Amino acid sequence: MKITPLGDSALTVRVDDRFKDAPEKTLKEVLNVVRRLEDAHIPGVIELAPAYTTVGVFFDPIRVINCAVEPGSVVEWITQKICEGLAHGKRKQGGRAVARVVEVPVCYDPEFALDLDHVAQHAQMSAKEVVDLHRATDYLVNCIGFTPGFPYLAGLPEKLATPRHATPRKEIAAGSVAIGGRQSGIYPLRSPGGWNVIGRTPLRLFDPQTNPPALLRAGDRLRFQAISRQEFETWTF
Amino acid sequence: MSLSLTRAGFLTSVQDLGRNGFRQFGVSLGGALDVFALRVANLLAGNDESDAGLEITLGGLRMRFEDKRVIAWCGGEFDVRVGSTPLPAGHSCLLNADDELTINQPKVGCRAWLTISGGIDVPFVLGSRSTDLRANFGGLDGRALRDGDGLPLGKQSEFSRSLIDLLREQRVASWSSPAEWSSSAKTETVLRIIRGVDWSRFNDVTIQRLTRDAFVVSSDSDRMGVRFDGPELRRNDDVDLVSEAVAPGTIQVPPNGRPILLLGDCQTIGGYPKIAHVITVDLPLAAQLRAGDRVRFSEVSIADAYRFLLERERQLERFRIGLSLHDS
Repeated sequence: MKITPLGDSALTVRVDDRFKDAPEKTLKEVLNVVRRLEDAHIPGVIELAPAYTTVGVFFDPIRVINCAVEPGSVVEWITQKICEGLAHGKRKQGGRAVARVVEVPVCYDPEFALDLDHVAQHAQMSAKEVVDLHRATDYLVNCIGFTPGFPYLAGLPEKLATPRHATPRKEIAAGSVAIGGRQSGIYPLRSPGGWNVIGRTPLRLFDPQTNPPALLRAGDRLRFQAISRQEFETWTF
Repeated sequence: MSLSLTRAGFLTSVQDLGRNGFRQFGVSLGGALDVFALRVANLLAGNDESDAGLEITLGGLRMRFEDKRVIAWCGGEFDVRVGSTPLPAGHSCLLNADDELTINQPKVGCRAWLTISGGIDVPFVLGSRSTDLRANFGGLDGRALRDGDGLPLGKQSEFSRSLIDLLREQRVASWSSPAEWSSSAKTETVLRIIRGVDWSRFNDVTIQRLTRDAFVVSSDSDRMGVRFDGPELRRNDDVDLVSEAVAPGTIQVPPNGRPILLLGDCQTIGGYPKIAHVITVDLPLAAQLRAGDRVRFSEVSIADAYRFLLERERQLERFRIGLSLHDS
């Protein structure tokens, strides 16, 4: 585990560099670090930002200095607190939070699935085979980012991997389910994007009026469920 | 009570100290790009430091108030007037009902922060009143302000009321915040940096270039980041990094070699190498950069970064105490 400054108001805790070999194991470790650091209640720490192999620890340096820390020792002090928090957490570790399984309805109607034919062509499959494979797979939410609520999903079948568009689209509709290289994701908001869109969900992935504001979080398991155009239009929550 | 914007300007939005606690859901920090300026201006208006004010980009505003308010502003070299009376930066100023306040284009710099006693009373969304211009929530209907908008103002503090009494005759207070706080704009800016985790991915020539050459600000810059047209920073290797947390101040280098200095509206995670970080105390300078400006980067130690930050925080504390003496 390596801890390095991310500017003067954050640190990056590097859990594992071998992400590609063991994404699921790495994610578990990242979420473990998040839980242990939440429990550690380190003075001055504002929030934690997990990503694939790292946890960003954001803190207020003035609050740290106000804990009688010399300006020259802020990084050492907070690094030590992080290490203590992780060691302590290890001892009391026992039960693990159970991963949620979230079902996401997707309508693969041609009007929504702008790049379904392109993905099918690339995979040398029929469009129907792409859809069947896509929805028969279990995915794992690796992290949330890019735009609020955007889930980066692991688990895309190798066959469906399709390169991003060389020129991103100026606008992709909210709810678009898409493939970018070996990753898969869902656009929560209308935004520009270069991924291949193969369907659309009526679910709202990001709602700033609720807390937590995002439907998904890192560590969730996800499964797509095909719905008809009519079910999409009349979807109620 | 409210204020009405006859002209909303080039890009004006409601901002406070930003939205903490939701990075894990992909929500940007946001907030005033110069948090220090907003805090000072809030103190001068008799507000809490965390009240919401207006972030003004390149001016072009006209506004009217329904009732008496104390206002203050800090930032670039803007021409701010009520009628024909100039209102200098860093001063508490009285505005009467129906006065028209104008804010023209800055001679130097890019942004200013205007506070009004009582603060701008838009609803809190995820713990902040800041406008998220990318995800369209917070502030006024989640968007930049438009001509004709009305903004609700909050209840004024006792201190604001006593300032109104005090400024009845003179309109502009005789006291002010230190001049160097309100002239953060420069024609050639030096930003102090500390090393990023990927510093060693760059060869000596590139590092020399980063710390010696002047970088030209691109017109493609916004609240997410300052982009530079050149010179280019070449990487030793072209490995794809796994995305991880980034922060305001991070300087990342995409494959085209043109560095991007991230600001308050930056995304929460990114995959480009992080060559360096501008220290927090210099982010106000970065918020004043506009197209064509020249920037140099100068390396300091992280310990110095904290010393500078602590020194400025102590100055602000002294200023806060000095200001409260006017409350009698």
